[in-house]
This record gives sequence, C-alpha cells and structure tokens, in this order.
Amino acid sequence: MLRRKIYGEHLVYFDNGATTQKPRIVIDTVNKLHSEHNSNVHRGVHYLSGQMTEMYEVARIKIKDFLNARSSQEIIFTSGVTASINLVAYSFGEAYVKENDEIIVSEMEHHSNIVPWQIMCKRKGAHLRVIPINDKGELLLDEYKKLINSKTKLVAVMHVSNSLGTINPVKEIITIAHKNNIPVLIDGAQAIQHEKIDVQDLDCDFYAFSGHKVYGPTGTGVLYGKEHWLNEMPPYQSGGDMIDRVTFEHTTYNDLPFKFEAGTPNYIGAIGLGVAIDYVTGVGLENIRNYEKELLDYATAKLMAIDGLRLYGAADNKACIFSFTLDDIHPYDVGVLLDRMSIAVRTGHHCTHPLWKHYGTEGSVRASLVFYNTFEEVDLLCDALRRIKNIFKQGIN
Amino acid sequence: MMPYVELKIYSNKELIKMTTQESQEQIIKEFKGLNNWLDKYGHLIVLGRNLPAIDVKNKTADTLIRGCQVNTWFHSTFRDGKVFYEIDSISLIIKGTAVLLLRVLNGLTPEEIKNTDLYFIDKTGLKENFSPMKANSLWKLVNRMRADAAAYAKKEK
Repeated sequence: MLRRKIYGEHLVYFDNGATTQKPRIVIDTVNKLHSEHNSNVHRGVHYLSGQMTEMYEVARIKIKDFLNARSSQEIIFTSGVTASINLVAYSFGEAYVKENDEIIVSEMEHHSNIVPWQIMCKRKGAHLRVIPINDKGELLLDEYKKLINSKTKLVAVMHVSNSLGTINPVKEIITIAHKNNIPVLIDGAQAIQHEKIDVQDLDCDFYAFSGHKVYGPTGTGVLYGKEHWLNEMPPYQSGGDMIDRVTFEHTTYNDLPFKFEAGTPNYIGAIGLGVAIDYVTGVGLENIRNYEKELLDYATAKLMAIDGLRLYGAADNKACIFSFTLDDIHPYDVGVLLDRMSIAVRTGHHCTHPLWKHYGTEGSVRASLVFYNTFEEVDLLCDALRRIKNIFKQGIN
Repeated sequence: MMPYVELKIYSNKELIKMTTQESQEQIIKEFKGLNNWLDKYGHLIVLGRNLPAIDVKNKTADTLIRGCQVNTWFHSTFRDGKVFYEIDSISLIIKGTAVLLLRVLNGLTPEEIKNTDLYFIDKTGLKENFSPMKANSLWKLVNRMRADAAAYAKKEK
C-alpha cells in the first residue's frame, strides 16, 4: 500500500490520523483466518469453533497485556472508539445519571466524544460542561477544577487531540476527578499508536480506542473498563452471547466481558488486532515515540519556515499531527492540490466543530504522521506547499 | 511553462454570444493547451478569482449548498424565458469549476439546459482527474442547475 503510486508518483501518506496502513502480517492473518479457519466463536462444539474461540480470547489477553489491565474481563471488543464511547454513554448513563447531573468534556473533543454524551444528557435531563482551551491548544486545568461539583458524574476527555496533536495531561485530569470520586473516560483514538498506555498507572475508569488506528483491521475497537463499573452497568446492546438464561418473563446476563458483546463479534478483526499489537510491541513503542519526536521537531521547523503558513496547536507536549492553513487559501483547495501531487492529507474540520470555533476558522489542512513516514516525505510536503503558494500567487505555475 | 496571457477571461457579453457547443469547444481547447494537471488547476483558480461576486442578498442560508468541507451558494433567476445562475464558494477551485458550467449553461432556456450534453467534462479529463469532480461537487452543481431549469419550465406551463 505504501509503495503505491498515485497519479504516477509515489504516495506520501500523511492521513494516519484517519487510519493507519496495515503491516503484511496483519493482512496475511486476516486472509488466512477467512480462507482456512473461519468458524463462529463460543458455543460451538466442533474443532474449528474451539480453535477460533481460543484465538479470539488470546487476542483479548494480548490487549489486556498491552494496556496493562488487571484482567481480560476488563477488555470489551467493540467496532471502534465511537462504539466504545456510545456503550459507556448509554450504560453508565442508565446506571448513574439523573436529572440536572453533569458530564464534563473538553472544547477540543472529537464529535464522537461529544454527541453520545449530549444524547444521553438529553435523555436524562443532565447537562454537558466544557473544559476550555488556550490558544496553544492546551486544556485549562484551573477552569476544569472549577467545573467539578457534586453534580458531576463523569469526565470524558481525549488523550491526544486529533486536530491539534496536543497530548493532554490525562493522569492529572484523572487524579483531580478521583479526588472528587468522579470516574474518567479517556478517548485514546489518537494516543494508542504513539505511546505506551498503562491503564493501571493512569488509573482511568474507561479507555477507548480503535484497532484501525493502531495498524489493525478496520471495524475493530476496544473498551477497557474497570471491572466494578462494567459489572454494575446494564448491557448496551442485547442478543446472543450476552445472556445467561432467557425466558419470556426474564433474562439474566452473561458474565464480563460477554455481557457487553451481543451478537457475533468481529472475531477475525479482533485476532488481527492482536497481531497488530504484537507488531507494534515488536517495533517497540519506545522506538516509535523517539522516532516520531524527531519527525515532529523536524517537520515543525520545516513547516514554520514556510511564509504564510499558520500552524494550529503549539502545545508543549504534542504528537506528530500538524494542522495548518496556508495564506488565505481554503484548506480544501490546498488538499486538492496536494492530492494531485500524490500527498494524502485530510482537510476540513476533522470532526471538531467546537475547536475550530475557538480559533474562529472553519478548519485546516491536517498532516498526521507515524513511524513509517520519513524526513524526505516531510521535505516533499514542504516543497509541495511552496508550489501551491506559487500557483495561487500567479494563477499558474 | 505556459504563459498565462494566452488564456482569455471571457466577459458575460462574449459568453452569451457563443453557442453552448462553441463554449464547450473553447473550454476543451484551453485545457488541452495546458501542460500538466497542476497548470490546469492553476487555470481553474484564475477562473475562480474572476467569477463575479454573488449578490449579497442571494447569499443566504436558503441558497447554501452545505458540503462536508466547502460551503457553496447557488441562486437562479428566470428572465425572458432564460435561466441565469449565480454561484459562489469559499473554494477557488469550486468557483473555477462553477465558471466553466456558467460558460456553458448560463442564459439558456430550460429546454436547452435539459438537452445540453456536458461533454467537455469528459473531454477535458476533468472527470477522472479532478478530485472535486470525484467528490461530486460538480455534479451537485449540475443537478441543481438542471433542477431549477426544470422547475421554471414546469411553472411556465
């Protein structure tokens, strides 16, 4: 995939924030499972079903180890971070949220970490409270502390901003919430591929991520939840696999984690995700982090040297994500021309309308890099942006 | 490098004098004369800059075609049996695309608009080479132009 040519030139893939490309081993595993091993998990008495069930549960243990969770019961497979957050918004909301209660999110959240809470708040008559940011794109923790009160039922914030790259001080956010006995959900969609996540060290109550952003198959995701919360929360979706006994009068539910995995799960995807996790562990998160830091510093300096380029998000602690505008050229036009130069970026609001309202603009061009990107590719991007400036200046290059 | 002066920006009067076929042939010729796709985009951008501004009173929530990324405004009027369009967009590339459509379809009768085969989109290579086309921006505009023309035709009857 990364060796592909687009419009006759080598692809520069800088849209990793949207999805990452898959290592050969993940692609081969998913193919092999479909072509040689496919059989539905759990319940089956036959050989293939038993084999697949074992592989699926081994994948769960791999995720548990990767996140350093206490037990694999705390690992729920979902279809992605959106599904994970919706699960908590519904089930936690049903169990704990009443009229006039409050949920805290932040100004930089992805719509996936706003709308599910908004819908739950509407259903329960509760209210959303928002942690503001400064112009560097950092959360204002003093303001956050002021938002906490006896009505606060949960705090839901992103670990790394998909639009700005800001790495939020989630450990501090969690400590502050816990002092007030408030649980915290962390949206790890943009963090999981960049750094080591230790849910026990963070002490978060929920951690959500998508498989496809960490080199795994699309349609996979994880919700980590502390066991006592997951035990107390009612099921989100219902159907097969999540039950213990069903009569027409009453149903009792299965144990964790199956209580939250109604229906046939994406078992092949989950096993593929397990392989992706092995791959990332093999490369080494420490190595990834160090290399990406070098890329970050290099690209920041290179981009800042382009006259008329405005970089959004200047947090002290930042991931390899660059959001920018170029002169007064609409981000869409920059993206269209970069595409024609075989450079894939994302343009627009990146599903964070409230964030762009803060900056008084409608969006940006976003280049999101990971460890397989190179310094040469950063140079290509910068050259392309200079060419685009010229095209717009002269009308023709 | 292609010197830009060879590309003429047509005035409304000149455009109205051309037949739809002449307009389409002219567009095809312009695009053929450009060396590469970046030059072709450059041409669209210059055309976009020269798109007459939409009347402010016609730039409202009602005339907005909301895209995921790009807002475009579209308004039409019907005078002496002919349809006149006004288009504006925050993207210069979309504006340039709009200019091409206006050169071909503006000031025609609803019947003519219905019957015009927009073959220039294929022949210029715009169809497969321009991501705005892939993103349906162009077809969205064409559909709106045709729908409004059809509505005026229906009213007339």
